[in-house]
Amino acid sequence: MAGLGFEETELRLGLPGGNDAEEATRSSGKRAFEETIDLKLKLEQPACPTENEEDEEAAAADVIPAAANSLSSPAASVATGGGNMKRSPSQSSVVTAELPDPEKPRAPKYVLLHLLCMPLLHRVMLKHAVGWPPVRSFRKNIQSSQKGAGAGAAALVKVSMDGAPYLRKVDLRMYGSYHDLSKALEKMFSSFTIAGSCGSQGMKGMNETKLADLLSGSEYVPTYEDKDGDWMLVGDVPWEMFVESCKRLRLMKGSEAVGLGHSEGDGEMQEQMLRNAYLHASGISCKDTALLFYVS
Amino acid sequence: MTYFPEEVVEHIFSFLPSHSDRNTVSLVCKVWYEIERLSRRSVFVGNCYAVRPEQVVRRFPNVRALTVKGKPHFADFNLVPPDWGGYAGPWIEAAARSCVGLEELRMKRMVVSDESLELLARSFPRFKALVLISCEGFSTEGLADIASHCNVNLNLNCFGACLVDSRTLPQLRHLRELDLQENDVEDRGPRWLSSFPDSCTSLVSLNFACIKGEVDSASLERLVAKSPNLRSLRLNRAVSVDTLSKILLRTPNLEDLGTGNLTEEFQTESYLRLTNALEKCKMLRSLSGFWDASPACVPFIYPLCHQLTGLNLSYTPTLEYSDLTKMISRCVKLQRLWVLDCISDKGLQVVASSCKDLQELRVFPSDFYVAGYSAVTEEGLVAISSGCRKLTSLLYFCHQMTNEALLTIAKNCPNFIRFRLCILEPRKPDATTNQPLDEGFGAIVRECKGLRRLSISGLLTDKVFMYIGKYAKQLEMLSIAFAGDSDEGMMHIMNGCKNLRKLEIRDSPFGDGALLGNVAKYETMRSLWMSSCNVTLKGCEILASKMPMLNVEIMNELDGSCEMEENSVDPSRVEKLYVYRTTAGARDDAPNFVKIL
Repeated sequence: MAGLGFEETELRLGLPGGNDAEEATRSSGKRAFEETIDLKLKLEQPACPTENEEDEEAAAADVIPAAANSLSSPAASVATGGGNMKRSPSQSSVVTAELPDPEKPRAPKYVLLHLLCMPLLHRVMLKHAVGWPPVRSFRKNIQSSQKGAGAGAAALVKVSMDGAPYLRKVDLRMYGSYHDLSKALEKMFSSFTIAGSCGSQGMKGMNETKLADLLSGSEYVPTYEDKDGDWMLVGDVPWEMFVESCKRLRLMKGSEAVGLGHSEGDGEMQEQMLRNAYLHASGISCKDTALLFYVS
Repeated sequence: MTYFPEEVVEHIFSFLPSHSDRNTVSLVCKVWYEIERLSRRSVFVGNCYAVRPEQVVRRFPNVRALTVKGKPHFADFNLVPPDWGGYAGPWIEAAARSCVGLEELRMKRMVVSDESLELLARSFPRFKALVLISCEGFSTEGLADIASHCNVNLNLNCFGACLVDSRTLPQLRHLRELDLQENDVEDRGPRWLSSFPDSCTSLVSLNFACIKGEVDSASLERLVAKSPNLRSLRLNRAVSVDTLSKILLRTPNLEDLGTGNLTEEFQTESYLRLTNALEKCKMLRSLSGFWDASPACVPFIYPLCHQLTGLNLSYTPTLEYSDLTKMISRCVKLQRLWVLDCISDKGLQVVASSCKDLQELRVFPSDFYVAGYSAVTEEGLVAISSGCRKLTSLLYFCHQMTNEALLTIAKNCPNFIRFRLCILEPRKPDATTNQPLDEGFGAIVRECKGLRRLSISGLLTDKVFMYIGKYAKQLEMLSIAFAGDSDEGMMHIMNGCKNLRKLEIRDSPFGDGALLGNVAKYETMRSLWMSSCNVTLKGCEILASKMPMLNVEIMNELDGSCEMEENSVDPSRVEKLYVYRTTAGARDDAPNFVKIL
């Protein structure tokens, strides 16, 4: 573990309801996802046919203790558990057959992994079984072509500025940082700011907080709508994360943004202001918004 | 009744609603057999290899509508190797010889060649309707023949992966219905639309959603303008919002619409025109398409929502929870909803509180290649079940489930006819207790007495099969994947499910014991599919010798997906097994990787 530097990375076996009691009661999506990871630790198993998922699960069940010593050498862990690896699917009951007996250690369900590992494991996830999940090719093809268009391609988002007669669109992937983005926005909307104060000031040494300050100085606060539909202040999260989650940008008039991101902001006022922002940006009625806030 | 004149008996038979009823009366006596067979207008063949085409056409020479199905269902998921079979040729040839009155032909999962289509076109003067679902093997040339020879009302529906060249479609002179759904269309340009002759005014249904390329808007508008009977129109991604608006102004009787492209820049005027046009379509009940729809377009659909009974948003990953719920919460009359899992549990709660008439729900996964993660869980389904008590048909992909949830769902919705649950990660246990999901599915089969179709997933032991065998008395089709512990599991099904017609199993530990445990059962079923299970060659041979009226097909080819460095421990293990009853004997069109015992 130490070699990997991920203190939080921890592989452990546990009985149901044992030291992982708290984990067992959580039912968030994230926990389930971690559970998914646990059985997929067998990244490359050259000695074992990869045809059947159950092989891999049975193998994982055997090798977890060994793998606890070394995440990065699955081959070694296979060797340790190799004697127990079976190939035919009936041996998948190695996992299931032990269920009635609570004394025996269960198949590994309580493996924790550092969050940073997850994106990596996405890619090296066990080779998914043929025809699983059972979705028709037509649908798979359509969605992979849609993804292909989206991922890695332009992250075009609309930018609105309160009071401006029309919106603009920017491709967030064209920029490497908030600094770059703010420069571009400045160029786009400079003609609309009062006395062009934005443009005349220059943007040297801009960073996240300064952008907010500057724009708030000129009465505009950059906000964005994220994937969950919430309106956020630009600049809080790392740039990469912002690009992934930003759906549209809004340069909000300072007066509406009072309290947003500032310590003296009143929670209630922030919420109301956010609602206003949401309403304004979406052009929907109050009633609809109320419904949405109720159900979310 | 045998003293009645034949015409009277025939007339009485005409009231029999189903094929099975007609089959039954034909067994009563010779006279009835004759009357029935000569007056039969519609024949359904569930497995094209169960009976010889010649036998069918000889017995029912006056058939008008013929339906034939080919490959097993798991072919949809690439489990059946290509070139396995399911050829339409012999059927069309036999019908051409003996049933010249044929008007309608429906085929599913079959291989249809151009020659067959050309023969079809030449042979049936009254031909009206061609429906191809998930078929393949033909091209435009074949369709052109259909078009040029058929000079009466023609229904042409193509679903699934068939190769259709857009150039052929033009020559369909008196087309009533051209429905190309989920096809892989080779696009050769936009001219096909303009080739509909002026005399073609009978169009009722036009669906070209799967054609990838550009479409000539002017031609499309002209075509729609001269089709006053148009009820169903599904456009492809290339059709713009403006074109859609113009078209809609001409189709006030439209009942079913598949939109074109809705990603355009937010041009208020265009969208306002669209809303105006949509508002004129008072008959519109069903909406689909939404290709690449941007969230900004959603409000412009609002005026329509209150009248919708069907909504398909399952090709739109660009709409997320908030956009989806804004639309769906207005669709208070919705009966059928197809969405992606990006709707999330929260979104499903909105569906549950808004759509009280919901009968069918399908939630598809938006990400196939990251095993085990989706935004919907058991909570979404529980919410749906408590809000939508009329639910009868479900297809639900999720990343976790619990027994408690399934118990609740079963109690809330005892009217399920189709219940298909796919937990994305194979063998995943109950998310809170880590127990198998036996009890949950047990509750489903116990409460839902009318259940006809079931697909199970997650961690399951033999116990779930015990429940299914005990309670699922109406079950006709069962799909099993990564489930069970031993032969006992499958035996419960074979012994318990009296009405079972189709059983398909993959990656489960059932072997020869289960295969041979109740061989008489196979005569009452259409087919059995087993792949990546524990059956051996020996077991299959025994089955074949005991039951000569079955075809026992074994497929052991090593396709690319197997990637087996070495053969399995048991070299006689059968990788793919397909067993079906037949009166036709071993088929002669099997490829060399298929061995028929």
